[in-house]
Amino acid sequence: MISLKKPAAPRGSVPALRVRGAQTADLDQVVEIDAGITGLRKAEYWGEILRRYGGGRQQRFFLVADRGGRIEGYVVGDVRDWEFGSPPCGWVFGIAVRPEARLGGIATQLLEAICEGFRRLGVDKVRTLLARDNQLVLSFFRSQGMMAAPFIPLEKDLD
Amino acid sequence: MKLQKNTHLALCSVLEFAAHPGEQLSAAEIAAKYRMSPHHLAKVLRALGRAGLVRAARGAGGGYRFAGNARRVTLMDVIGLFEDISAPKGAPRRAGRRARPEAGAAAYEVEEAVGVVLSEIDEIAKATFRSITLDTMLKLIERRRR
Ligand SMILES: CC(C)(COP(=O)(O)OP(=O)(O)OC[C@H]1O[C@@H](n2cnc3c(N)ncnc32)[C@H](O)[C@@H]1OP(=O)(O)O)[C@@H](O)C(=O)NCCC(=O)NCCS
Repeated sequence: MISLKKPAAPRGSVPALRVRGAQTADLDQVVEIDAGITGLRKAEYWGEILRRYGGGRQQRFFLVADRGGRIEGYVVGDVRDWEFGSPPCGWVFGIAVRPEARLGGIATQLLEAICEGFRRLGVDKVRTLLARDNQLVLSFFRSQGMMAAPFIPLEKDLD
Repeated sequence: MKLQKNTHLALCSVLEFAAHPGEQLSAAEIAAKYRMSPHHLAKVLRALGRAGLVRAARGAGGGYRFAGNARRVTLMDVIGLFEDISAPKGAPRRAGRRARPEAGAAAYEVEEAVGVVLSEIDEIAKATFRSITLDTMLKLIERRRR
């Protein structure tokens, strides 16, 4: 069984959540959220992601969920053309929400926002790739109606 | 992959309960709706009860109520009660059909390699069952209905 408690509802009035394009000033918080999950602080990597995916670049998306200046989560993805012979489709290759802010529908909003961007570019399919044992994120994508794609990821050791 | 009959009965009934949280449903009702043998279903419901997924309702009429959390209970939690899918990675599978030593090293090698491929498939199946909650399953049924 998957277990994760719903965080206690925050007291007082909570600023509205806004999903918008990531900016340089958000990077510290994005690095912190990612480090909380992966255990690695990758400031340079995220700087590079912002450079390549930020600023409303054609076909590329780096969005954050902003609640009164606090970044609660992010999503990164792009539209890929004819990869391995498949028609252009949206790819989500990173999504995360702060542990304290989870189960409040934030990832759902982030995914919806990036999918809206994909739709605007005329694609009608969104894909992602995950570690088989990442039950949490797999359950999230499944809950959003995603099913197995007609692909099989393969690998081998290069010796 | 093929699921056993009891697993099917369990999935149908657990999803029926999950779709009607708080409602008391009798075994007879479920058996009639899904055209199952009430006898088999009774056994399955007892197993679901022992696993804490349904609770026997007290009082007139009997029946059961859903006792799990549909957004957290996964297909694996249900299927795992009826199927032996917990074989550890790399463990010899399908012992009954393994090449016997007298069959020779060649057959054994092939069997081993086939085992590697089959366990790849098993791992994917398990990951899939673990990632789909009852709630997600109900949504899937609803989408397919439309
Ligand atoms: C996966 C993740 C992004 C979900 O964020 P979230 O804001 O909590 O998601 P939502 O609140 O929008 O959840 C939507 C649905 O996803 C599913 N879900 C989310 N968390 C779940 C959990 N712990 N168990 C089971 N299902 C879950 C549920 O169906 C949920 O709907 P519900 O609340 O109605 O049950 C978040 O848990 C996370 O950041 N996890 C770690 C991310 C990670 O490892 N990233 C690296 C690889 S990309």
